[in-house]
Amino acid sequence: MTYTAWIILTAALVGMACGLVGVFLVLRKTAMMADAISHTVLLGIVVAYLVTREVSGPAMLVGGIAAGLLTAFFVQWLHSLNVQHDASMGVVFTTLFAIGVILIATSVGNVHLDVQHALMGDITFIPFQTVTLPIVGDIPEATVILLLVFLVVLFFIVAFYKEWKITTFDPALAASLGIPVLFMHYFLMGLVSVTTVASFDAVGAIMVVAMLITPAASAYLWTDKLAVMLVLSGLFGVVAAIAGYVIAFWIDTSISGSMAFATGILFMLSFLFSPKHGLIMKYIRPSKIAHST
Amino acid sequence: MSEPVIQVDHLSAFYQKNTVLYDVTFDVAPGSLTGIIGPNGAGKSTLIKTMLHLHPILTGNVSFFGQPFHKVKKRIGYVPQRGSVDWDFPTDALDVVTMGLYGKIGWLKRPSKTHRAQAMSALEKMGMKDYANRQISQLSGGQQQRVFLARALVQEADIYFMDEPLAGVDAGTERAIMEILKELKSAGKTVMVVHHDLQTVEHYFDHVLLLNRTVLHYGKTEETFTKENIADAYGGNMRWMGGEQKDVGHSIKQ
Repeated sequence: MTYTAWIILTAALVGMACGLVGVFLVLRKTAMMADAISHTVLLGIVVAYLVTREVSGPAMLVGGIAAGLLTAFFVQWLHSLNVQHDASMGVVFTTLFAIGVILIATSVGNVHLDVQHALMGDITFIPFQTVTLPIVGDIPEATVILLLVFLVVLFFIVAFYKEWKITTFDPALAASLGIPVLFMHYFLMGLVSVTTVASFDAVGAIMVVAMLITPAASAYLWTDKLAVMLVLSGLFGVVAAIAGYVIAFWIDTSISGSMAFATGILFMLSFLFSPKHGLIMKYIRPSKIAHST
Repeated sequence: MSEPVIQVDHLSAFYQKNTVLYDVTFDVAPGSLTGIIGPNGAGKSTLIKTMLHLHPILTGNVSFFGQPFHKVKKRIGYVPQRGSVDWDFPTDALDVVTMGLYGKIGWLKRPSKTHRAQAMSALEKMGMKDYANRQISQLSGGQQQRVFLARALVQEADIYFMDEPLAGVDAGTERAIMEILKELKSAGKTVMVVHHDLQTVEHYFDHVLLLNRTVLHYGKTEETFTKENIADAYGGNMRWMGGEQKDVGHSIKQ
């Protein structure tokens, strides 16, 4: 496969994995947890590096998941102590991110790990770091990890589909039925963390946030069915990845930046033209439906 | 008299450093339909949430059929306040009703045709069959409440807790819901309902629990729902608007 194909495939995997997880973040109104976790996984990655002394995929995944769960836990904990939810999010993630930055600056020199890289990613160089697998041959390492993560995310979302749905829609009922609401919350945060770490190397923290939130928020405008929303969100992620690559190629600029930009364009188009909730449809056909109080 | 199905023993609960409930003690007889009445902030919702372990218990004990809650979860149905969920969630009425069965369906399994048929017949019972595939935000407040009731029916529980099921619904829905509550009662189920409309208490409930942070009075409606007791719960500064009363609009004298 050509470099271009690898880059697009990798970005498409990011788009699909993020798109699926993002749906539940958006529906639970905790979209900004994506922002928080995407920053704090940096700390997890740095600590994983300090422990293992190598930049390896699996160790980083473990470190990132740990950091993501820690973030979710601290946010929940501060919130339970009467700190407002958004404020506790802001406090926790900036602090943990700052620790990560300090550690990079003081303890980690001379490796392929810097703040610039963490924020913007380096999808352009993905094809150069390959692993050799049986049958398929040389494959970029990031692509392999992303493929695995995508399959894991897909598996858990399909397997626990009805549990995700009920804990998102009506946590009180879910709890009264004996479904572990808090566990599902941390489980979701775990999935967000895995997806974020895996996407990190490819696209960086900023684009992960764009990919987690924007395709899901766009899909929400197109449908009234959760299953359709999941499919659309993954699809939008892929479309944004491809469109972003084309834009980057066309005006010769940052690939991950263009991809994040493409998600924004996609959202704007959805916002204007969606047949269900689009601005123009609302203008043409004012809501005839009785709305609840 | 038969064994009580719900026993609440010296229950207390906190909410953000304030005691909202203290020393709550009462026993509920099987087959009773109880209205939980009290002023705003009396802890009515918190009481049922605490009994269902949705809110932490500070002290005290709650048992159902003589057993702790976690052993009898499947026999208890809960109808949260309508405003507690996001009605813009991408799902339809039938799907919401099917959620009532998720506990029975179990992990890793999908709702089957039988489950969907059960949900459909519960919707039909609430007069909502035609709206089964309607997106839930496109239902009126009363219709949304009926969907919630249908979801509780499908659970086939023995004890039901309902948080303000009659708040902000149209007259037709109110009648339909009361019809169902009476049906549940005559089927031997025990129902506790948080209620806010004092005028209808006597018509709707056979037992009344007057709550203001603790149980002030509890018992049969005709014995418990007296002017004096209501004044106890509401602090004496509310107006009695009862239909049969001649002194309509008069303040209660303490």
